[in-house]
Amino acid sequence: MTTASSADHPTRRDFLFVATGAAATVGGAAALWPFISQMNPDASTIAAGAPIEVDLTPVAEGQDIKVFWRGKPIYISHRTKKQIDEARAVNVASLPDPQSDEARVKSGHEQWLVVIGICTHLGCIPIAHEGNYDGFFCPCHGSQYDSSGRIRQGPAPANLPVPPYQFVSDTKIQIG
Amino acid sequence: MSGPSDYQPSNPALQWIERRLPIMGLIHSSFVVYPTPRNLNYWWTFGAILSFMLGIQILTGVILAMHYTPHADLAFKSVELIVRDVNYGWLLRNMHAVGASMFFVAVYVHMFRGLYYGSYKEPREVLWILGVIIYLLMMATGFMGYVLPWGQMSFWGATVITNLFSAIPYVGESIVTLLWGGYSVGNPTLNRFFSLHYLLPFLIAGVVVLHVWALHVAGQNNPDGVEPKTEKDTVPFTPHATIKDGFGVACFLLLYAWFIFYMPNYLGDADNYIPANPGVTPPHIVPEWYYLPFYAILRSIPNKLAGVIGMFSAIIILCFLPWLDNAKTRSSKYRPLAKQFFWIFVAVCILLGYLGAQPPEGIYVIAGRILTFCYFAYFLIVLPLLSRIETPRPVPNSIADAVLAKTGSKSTPMVSTAIVLALGGALFASSIDSARASEGNDKPPGNKWSFAGPVGKYDRGALQRGLKVYKEVCANCHGLSYIAFRNLAEAGGPGYSVAQAAAFASDYKIKDGPNDTGDMFERPGRPADYFPSPFPNEQAARAANGGAAPPDLSLITKARSYGRGFPWFIVDFFTQYQEQGPDYVAAVLQGFEDKAPEGVTIPEGSYYNKYFPGHAIKMPKPLSDGQVTYDDGSPATVAQYSKDVTTFLMWTAEPHMEARKRLGLQVFIFLIIFAGLMYFTKRKVWADAH
Ligand code: FES
Repeated sequence: MTTASSADHPTRRDFLFVATGAAATVGGAAALWPFISQMNPDASTIAAGAPIEVDLTPVAEGQDIKVFWRGKPIYISHRTKKQIDEARAVNVASLPDPQSDEARVKSGHEQWLVVIGICTHLGCIPIAHEGNYDGFFCPCHGSQYDSSGRIRQGPAPANLPVPPYQFVSDTKIQIG
Repeated sequence: MSGPSDYQPSNPALQWIERRLPIMGLIHSSFVVYPTPRNLNYWWTFGAILSFMLGIQILTGVILAMHYTPHADLAFKSVELIVRDVNYGWLLRNMHAVGASMFFVAVYVHMFRGLYYGSYKEPREVLWILGVIIYLLMMATGFMGYVLPWGQMSFWGATVITNLFSAIPYVGESIVTLLWGGYSVGNPTLNRFFSLHYLLPFLIAGVVVLHVWALHVAGQNNPDGVEPKTEKDTVPFTPHATIKDGFGVACFLLLYAWFIFYMPNYLGDADNYIPANPGVTPPHIVPEWYYLPFYAILRSIPNKLAGVIGMFSAIIILCFLPWLDNAKTRSSKYRPLAKQFFWIFVAVCILLGYLGAQPPEGIYVIAGRILTFCYFAYFLIVLPLLSRIETPRPVPNSIADAVLAKTGSKSTPMVSTAIVLALGGALFASSIDSARASEGNDKPPGNKWSFAGPVGKYDRGALQRGLKVYKEVCANCHGLSYIAFRNLAEAGGPGYSVAQAAAFASDYKIKDGPNDTGDMFERPGRPADYFPSPFPNEQAARAANGGAAPPDLSLITKARSYGRGFPWFIVDFFTQYQEQGPDYVAAVLQGFEDKAPEGVTIPEGSYYNKYFPGHAIKMPKPLSDGQVTYDDGSPATVAQYSKDVTTFLMWTAEPHMEARKRLGLQVFIFLIIFAGLMYFTKRKVWADAH
C-alpha cells in the first residue's frame, strides 16, 4: 500500500507529516497544562494565606504560644534572659547550620523568637522547652534545637526557619 | 487480538519483554497491521471518538473528584468553588459536564450507524450486545453524575429515577429504601452515587476492552456489508484508520469546544444552579437530553408499572435486534425499504426526545403514545416483516468492487436524507410549539449585553455601578455568598485594585470567632471574606419577608431562564445566545406595575410583575428612579439600574467568562488549523487506497 518512498513529492509530503505531528504534539502538551495547574493551591487557599496579626501582650516571659499561618504552626517564644544569653554565648562557627541569634530575631525585640515549628528533618512538630539546649526537642527522631531554634544535635540538617514577620507595634506582630 | 502475532521487536530489551509478555505484539496486531475494510466512511470514526471521550471523561472526572466534596451540605458549594477558585476549574468542569453530552451524541451516532449498516448481524451479535451493555452503564453513570452537583434537578432527578423502582410489585419500596440509604434522597444517597459514579466508568472501560476484542475477532462491518475476502479489500489499521479516526476526533473536538467555551450551559438546566431543596419541586422536571426519548415512553404509558417496564424494554429490546431482523443483507444501502423505515425510526426517536422535554399534557400525551407505539413497532413488526418481504438490491461481490463502483458518483445519500428528515421533524415540532405559544406568556425582551457573543466582555463601568446598586439596594434582602471581596480585584471583574477591594471589604463587619475566650466577635472585613448575608439563616429571611426567602444572587442569572421554544433553541446554538438569565432578571426588575391588569387578582402581600411566572411576586418593586446616585453621569433610571445590576450579577455567576471566551478563541484557531492538517495528511495517506 502506501510506503513513504513511493511519493513523487517526498519533501512536500514529509513537510505535511512533520507539521501535523508537530501540531498534535504542541496541542497535546498545551492541553496538559490545565490538568497540572489545577493541582496548585486554589484562589481561596491563596487568599486564606494572607498575613495574620498576633497580639503578644498575653505571652509572659518564659512562655510561648503556637499560632497557625498557612497551615503551619508558628512558635512565638517570649525568651528569658537566660535563654537569650545561652543562645548568644555559643560559638556560631561550631554549629551545624551556622547562624547568629542576632540574625534570627528582630533587634530591639530580642526576647521574641518567632520560628516555624516544623522539624527540618522530616516535618514533625518539635516540643518547646524540652531537650538539652533550653529550646525544642523533636520526638520523631530526636533532633534538638536551642533557644534560638538552631539545630544542635540529631538528624535534622537545618535550623527552624524564621517566617517573614514584622513588629507593627511593641506588642503586636504581623506574620506573612 | 486476531491470532498469534509474528511481531518481533529489534531491540534486545524489548525482545526480552516480548518473550515474557507479548504486549507489543498484541498492540501491533490489533492497532497497526490489523486489516480494516477500505470502504469505511466517516460514520466509522465514532468508535475512536467514543474511546477518546471515555478517556476525557475519566481524566477530567478523576481531577474533579480531587476538588469535590460529596456531602449534601457542601456538594453544591464545592462545585461552585471548583468553577471559581481552582486553576482552570471552570474549564475542567465544563469539559466534564459537556463531555457527558458529547459522549452520548457520539454513542447515538455509533448506534444508529450500527443499525443502518446491520452491524449487529451474524457474526457480530456478541459485539452488539456488549455495546448495549456499555450504553446501559453509560446511562447509569450519566445519571449518577448529574446528581453530584446537588442542584434542584440533581435532587429531583434522583428522586424520580430511584422511585421508578418502587413500581416493582411487593419489593419495590424496599428496593428504593435500599438505593437511598434513608427515608428519602439524602446525604447517604449522594455518597453512594459519588462512589458508583467513580466506579462505573472503569467497568465501562472493561466492557469496552471486550467490545474491541469481539470486534477484532469478528472483524469490522463496513458500509457495503460484505466481508473482506482478499488483501485488496482491506488497508492496514495504521496509518489508514488511525489518521482517519484522528481527523474525525479533531472535527468532533470542534463541536465539543464550541460547547465548552461558548455554550457551557446550553445543554444543562437552569434549575440545577439552585441548591437542592427537598421541600420544593421544580415546576417542570426534565432529565438530561440523552434520556428524553425513554422519559417520553415512560410518561406516555398511563400505568406506573407498565410505564417503567416500557421504558426499560425500550433499551433491552436492542439486545434482541440480531434475531428480530434476520434479513441476509446487512447494509441498508441495499435494502430500499429498510432504509426508509430506518429514517422514520430516527425521526421517531428525535420526536420522542422532543416530547420528553414537553409538559405531559394535551396533544403531547397523544403524540407520545403514537410514537411509543412506532418505536416498538419498528423492532417487533417492521424489522421481522421486512426480512421476509423485502427484495434487496444486489450486493457487490467484494469491497474492492464496491469502492470501484463508487468512484464517479460522490453523492452521499445518507447526509441528504438526514437533512430532509431533520427539516421535516423541525417543521412538525414547530407546529406543536406554535400551538403552545398562543397561551400568551410575556417573554422577557432581549437586551444588548456587552458580554454576549463569542468575544463579549463585561462593561467595567456597568459592573462597578451594578455593585453599587447591589450594595445599596439588593443587599438589604439578598445575599451574595459565593463572592469574596478579593474577587472584586480579579482579572475579568469590575477592575478594582487590590487596595480598593481591601478598602471595600473593611467597610463590612464580619462575624468571626470563637476567640481565645470562646466568644464570637466582629471585625472589619478582609479581602478573603465573602459578602455577608443580610439574614443569619433561611428561617430569619423567610420570617422577615412575608414567607418567601429572598434567593441568594450569586448565581441568579444562571439559575433563571425561560423557554426559548422552537426554533429558537436551534438558532441559539449557532448565534451563541446564552442570555436568557440576564434578560429575565432585567425584565423582572422592570416588570412591576402598580395595578394588575383587568381580571388578574394578586394575593395580599404580593405584587404584580409582568414577567414573573404567575405574575404574583413577593418582592416589592425594588428600584425607582434616582434611588442610587451614580458618580459617572450615567442616567439614574430604573432601566439603567436594572441593566447595571444584571451585568454585575452575570459577572458574579460567571466570573471567568472573559477568560473562557479568550481561551476558546485560541483553541478554535488551533483546532481549525489542526483539523486542516489532519485532513490533508489523511488524503495523502489514503491517496493509494482509493
Ligand atoms: S522529624 Fe524531627 S527528628 Fe525526624
